Amino acid sequence: MGLTDILQKPGQALGDMVQVTNLDAVVNWGQSYSLWPYPFATACCGIEFMGTACSDNDIARFGAERPSFSPRQADMILVLGTITYKMAPVLRDIYDQLSEPKYIISVGACASSGGMFDTYGVVQGIDRFLPVDIYIPGCPPRPEAIMDALIKLQEKVKTQGLEERRAEIKRKIEEINERNRPLIIR
Amino acid sequence: MKEKVESFLHSKLSNYIFKDETVTSNIPTYFIKSEGIVPVVKALKEDPELKFDFLNDLTAIDWLGKKDPRFEICYLLKSPKNKHFRIMLKVPVEDGEGVPSILSVFKGANWPEREVYDLFGIEFINHPRMDRLILPDNFQGHPLRKDFPLEGFGQDYLISNLLHIHQED
Repeated sequence: MGLTDILQKPGQALGDMVQVTNLDAVVNWGQSYSLWPYPFATACCGIEFMGTACSDNDIARFGAERPSFSPRQADMILVLGTITYKMAPVLRDIYDQLSEPKYIISVGACASSGGMFDTYGVVQGIDRFLPVDIYIPGCPPRPEAIMDALIKLQEKVKTQGLEERRAEIKRKIEEINERNRPLIIR
Repeated sequence: MKEKVESFLHSKLSNYIFKDETVTSNIPTYFIKSEGIVPVVKALKEDPELKFDFLNDLTAIDWLGKKDPRFEICYLLKSPKNKHFRIMLKVPVEDGEGVPSILSVFKGANWPEREVYDLFGIEFINHPRMDRLILPDNFQGHPLRKDFPLEGFGQDYLISNLLHIHQED
């Protein structure tokens, strides 16, 4: 019996003792169940995240076990709340400190679009300067919505390979640069 | 208590009173000339009877097109000795004029004065550090003025270094 035969019938040829897969899939599988969040809480969505992390909803069931308060030990950043123009450089600094691979979830209306604060002080959506992976609607969103976003991100981590991820980030950054290009009138 | 404050102001500090105008409010309001605010606040604080020794709040109002002079600085004073009786002192100022800082009387006026400067653009004379308190240092304009548009004049200049992301190939 050759290796080709075993690969064609995973889990059958050698019983339950051996599973055959490729390395990427194993790494992605492990990563998707240990997405440690960095909560960047600036407003009421932060309180909602606390509710999600507490025992009633318990985000630990999905592997986002430990809210990491150092960006170097986190896999994804949850932007919870209004980002002002004064806060934006801080958010970018923290995003730069996250170790690769890193993901961004934009929680709530304020982080996603500025929300009801269409004013002189509030950035109209963090996707003006960061490549966001998942947006959660709501003001603030229910804990179920935050967990749904986490499950969607897990699906993404499981199916997306490293090369594909790099290409996606590159595409998003190009989109941001294109959108923010200043108009030059001659 | 109201009569006491009134007679005190009119007998000892009458040359600092800007105008006599009754304001419909539950707090007695007095209009003071800008050069007289420091002696008036000091006298009200140090008088053994009145003892207005607590500065509740220091803020400003922009009466664009409704009053002349345009701005009013509001000093809300409280007297814990007299059942927490409160009075309001108002100092009318025109755009571009300065007001003497009351920092020598109330140390707690430091940040409220900077906040008023930040949001209304009224300078306080003799303040040790007349910088912006809340908004970014390179912010243009003073947003609580009535002629400042709500969305600003296009605020991208505040994060201009973030709007382009450099990529390494």
